[in-house]
Amino acid sequence: MSRIRSIALLISAALACVSFMLTAGSATRAEPSVSAMQGLSAWEQVYSVLTHPRCINCHTATSYPQQGDDRHRHFANAVRGPANTGVPGLNCSSCHQKANADSTGVPGGHNWHLAPLSMKWQDENDRPLSSAMVCRSLKDRSKNHNLDGPALLKHHEEEALVLWAWSPGRRPDGSMRTLPPLTHAEFVAATRRWVEAGMPCPAER
Amino acid sequence: MATYRLNINGRQREVTTDPSTPLLWVLREDLKMTGTKYGCGISACGACTVHVDGVATRSCVVPVSMIDDRPIVTIEGIGADPVGRAVQNAWIDKDVVQCGYCQSGQIMSAVALLKRRPDPTDLNIDESMGGNLCRCATYVRIREAIKSAAKQVK
Amino acid sequence: MISHTKHLSLNRRTFLRVSSVAAGGLLVSLYFHRGVAQEAQTQTQPPPKVYPPDAFIRITPDGNIVIQVNRLEFGQGVHTALPMVLADELDADWTHVVAQLAPAAEIYKDPVFGIQMVGGSGSIAHSFQQYRELGAKTRAMLVAAAANRWNVSPAQCRTEASVVFGPGGQKASYADLASDAARQAVPQTVRLKNASEFRLIGKPVRRLDSKPKCDGSLKFGLDLDLPGMKVAVVAHPPVFGAKVKTFDDKEARAIEGVREVFQIPVNLGGTGVAVVADKFWPAKQARDLLKIEWDLSGVQAADTSELLTRYRQLATTPGHVAATRGDEKALDQIPSANRIIAEFEFPYLAHAPMEPLNTTVRFDGDRAETWAGSQFQTFDQMAIAEVLGLTPERVSFHTEMAGGGFGRRAVTDSHIQREAAVIAKRMRGTPVKLIWTREDDVQGGYYRPMHVHRVEVGIGPDGLPAAWRHVIVGQSILAGTPFAPFLIKNGLDETAVEGAADTHYVIPNFHVSAHHPTVNVPVLWWRSVGHTHTAFVMETLIDELATHAKIDPIAYRRKLLKPDSHKLRRTLDLLESKTANWRLPRGRAKGIACHESFDTGVACAVEVSIENKRSKIHRATVAVDCGMAVNPLTIESQFQAGIGFGLTQLVSGGAITLKNGRVEQRNFDGFAPPYIVDAPVDIDVHIVPSTEAPTGCGEPPVPVIAPAVVNALAKLTGKRYRTLPLINI
Repeated sequence: MSRIRSIALLISAALACVSFMLTAGSATRAEPSVSAMQGLSAWEQVYSVLTHPRCINCHTATSYPQQGDDRHRHFANAVRGPANTGVPGLNCSSCHQKANADSTGVPGGHNWHLAPLSMKWQDENDRPLSSAMVCRSLKDRSKNHNLDGPALLKHHEEEALVLWAWSPGRRPDGSMRTLPPLTHAEFVAATRRWVEAGMPCPAER
Repeated sequence: MATYRLNINGRQREVTTDPSTPLLWVLREDLKMTGTKYGCGISACGACTVHVDGVATRSCVVPVSMIDDRPIVTIEGIGADPVGRAVQNAWIDKDVVQCGYCQSGQIMSAVALLKRRPDPTDLNIDESMGGNLCRCATYVRIREAIKSAAKQVK
Repeated sequence: MISHTKHLSLNRRTFLRVSSVAAGGLLVSLYFHRGVAQEAQTQTQPPPKVYPPDAFIRITPDGNIVIQVNRLEFGQGVHTALPMVLADELDADWTHVVAQLAPAAEIYKDPVFGIQMVGGSGSIAHSFQQYRELGAKTRAMLVAAAANRWNVSPAQCRTEASVVFGPGGQKASYADLASDAARQAVPQTVRLKNASEFRLIGKPVRRLDSKPKCDGSLKFGLDLDLPGMKVAVVAHPPVFGAKVKTFDDKEARAIEGVREVFQIPVNLGGTGVAVVADKFWPAKQARDLLKIEWDLSGVQAADTSELLTRYRQLATTPGHVAATRGDEKALDQIPSANRIIAEFEFPYLAHAPMEPLNTTVRFDGDRAETWAGSQFQTFDQMAIAEVLGLTPERVSFHTEMAGGGFGRRAVTDSHIQREAAVIAKRMRGTPVKLIWTREDDVQGGYYRPMHVHRVEVGIGPDGLPAAWRHVIVGQSILAGTPFAPFLIKNGLDETAVEGAADTHYVIPNFHVSAHHPTVNVPVLWWRSVGHTHTAFVMETLIDELATHAKIDPIAYRRKLLKPDSHKLRRTLDLLESKTANWRLPRGRAKGIACHESFDTGVACAVEVSIENKRSKIHRATVAVDCGMAVNPLTIESQFQAGIGFGLTQLVSGGAITLKNGRVEQRNFDGFAPPYIVDAPVDIDVHIVPSTEAPTGCGEPPVPVIAPAVVNALAKLTGKRYRTLPLINI
């Protein structure tokens, strides 16, 4: 399964590079360096993590979070609320504590909340946005809390809720939650390569 | 086993129990405070709602080891709070309850709502009460009682 | 739940006995008449006994009137309404009325059903007269005692608020008169009040159990705490009726607080593993750590998608005849352009009362004591007695307040109580509280059965149905239960066809039949039983026919209703007048439905829009004819909330499905009943004024809402919705 997924990733990364080269060729800054190609390939790896359920379930475009590997709407009418932390009476922290509660199957981490709508990686119908759209959104400082490349890298390295994705704890039935397709170290390394390559984004296909 | 000092309804209580035990069962079985109810054990019904540091919290999924020194208020103690009292009175005045099993949790969520939004809209009520299940489905009267309590609090 | 009740009547005569209580006051008891010889002894005092109890009313020296309620309170309001009825005839001071749930005993049996139970929306219908007479006779004795004391005639006295007033300004409280009253002869007959004399009946009276339900002080069965009590949970087989092959409890036993782990028989011939611990959490943790290998041989692995295929096939062939009027071939003579063929699908539904199922039993060798929120005290007491090898009288049975039930606490095999008794037997001398977790409940069966209906309608030139062929497929609820001899006739389970076979619509060529396949999924009555699905079929099809005929849906129904269907006609009239001024904003539609069940007529209108792919119900108006309204406040509340309960059928999470014999939903994350967002924002309830005998209000609200909403949706989208729950609107 994971082998198939990595092959698929490689193929999609390769396709993205090709499409970048094709579009970049006609663009004004036509200097497709090796570094940019590596950056794009790295980006596809980053994207594969960002769109994994452990990450994307809280980067919705809707008024609610999702849960589970099938990314279904969160049960019991959990809502986004004005500050992305739910509403009084039904806050994220009504259930989600500072750490995973493995005895009851509720995940937790410091300041558990939904990503702001500016950081949505899905459309209103809960379909993940394209790699190009997520990429542009991620590096858009008007949307990402004014983070530049190094700050994004630091975010991926250190932010508690990012780190949570690699220790997501147990489900209520006692089984382990699935992990993103890369290890955290690989994810950080991929982010670093992407940042060092100048944060290239694939062209919209 | 570990010993925890909990601040519940303004009183210090000490319990020795397995750290993984949800707060709900500590309240119900160790402290014999059975007003907080078990409905689902997965935070999907809200019957177990208490306030932890002012946040309406589903006590069935929070292990006692994660409470620390945050103060807890339960249905047995919410009447000491003016908003809590108003909500309980409105519930009685509007004859909200039927089987009544979910109502401790409904009241705790309603108090949390009114403390932050003293004049809630229907949408506020839908959202804030959206996680509290009532199988009898007394929802219309719950809504009415919240609005009535809001008037009293103002 | 059980709608055809009259067959079960035991028609026993009752008589009263009064006695003074050692501590002072008056005790009014009720006995069943067992023969003339015994009647002669009515006034002899049998020795006082603790169990079984026999009191209905106790007047205490401090003036409290303690009234025993002869059936379970689980939301329906009987704990207030029956005391109201008695207190009204007694002229008791309502502020000093205390209601108590009666334990299991002969005298508390339902006067019509002949067993102690709640069901069939019969609480008020069956015990109204009984409680009135109890109140009136007790009042007569109190008046006689006062008249005696003052040397006046009873007719010169009047009563109010627990006080007897004499002609010369004398007055005496009931508490003061209680001991004297206990020496009075019990009147054989007594005059009951005229409706104009009622002080409580017909008035909106708030519930007696509100406050303790709002401050957390009321104890439900699950809240019971006894000295030395242990808690048990059971690992149930993953497929109904499967057995434990082997189990390893080493890790489970290592949990601190676990006392016993042992195999027990469970329902449907299966076995499970019980864990007994000091508290719930260690018991639950230990259960999760059990390693059980199950023997699945010989048990049918039900699969709902396979069942659906099978049911749909069956629905094309005629079943056991439920109704047959006119010419069966008439349908085939109607041109196909004027025929509708409609196939409906209904899933299994769980009751999922908020308070998870539980029962506490202590077995003392020659006696036992039980605490349970039970709709079926008589059966449950007998079951526990049988398991423990005792006679039922030796099983003291306390009726505990229950957090909902909707039929789920009325199980003829008493499987919860049997499990609890088996565990208590092993733990002799120790009270053990058996808790079914929510997962046990959602996956544990006893569902509203899955159904398929297939209806062929031939439309006449007047737009009315001229021929109707209707086949219903679903498991029999009653097969194998003690009710089967009364309610299964020629293979037909009446509870599967009620609301269709006996429809109030006049259709000249009308044929209804039913198949009852055997499936390894236990099924049960679910609040309003057969009407849950039959009303949906009838009311959506009738609405479709009205649309087809371009006739107003209320007018169409009036055309079609039997002339003597008074209750439905009155509710439709009332509904029409109360909704005449509805102004619908764009994007909203009005849907209506009406249905009579449990002798109560109900008509409902809803205003619906579609928001975020869900139906949004902005308001609902309900008209009710339930005869005399004993407590209009409770009735309003029952109808508002019963409508919400009925929405369980519509919401997308409202289905139980099985694959390979295993239930696919675990908890409220999978089986998700309606929350506040799913309920109408506003519901107004209007009661038809009536002096007829009171009829049921517990179940009749449920059937109308789903068809009313769907009829509105059909107006918005032009689609017909025949598969529940609604996944795609």
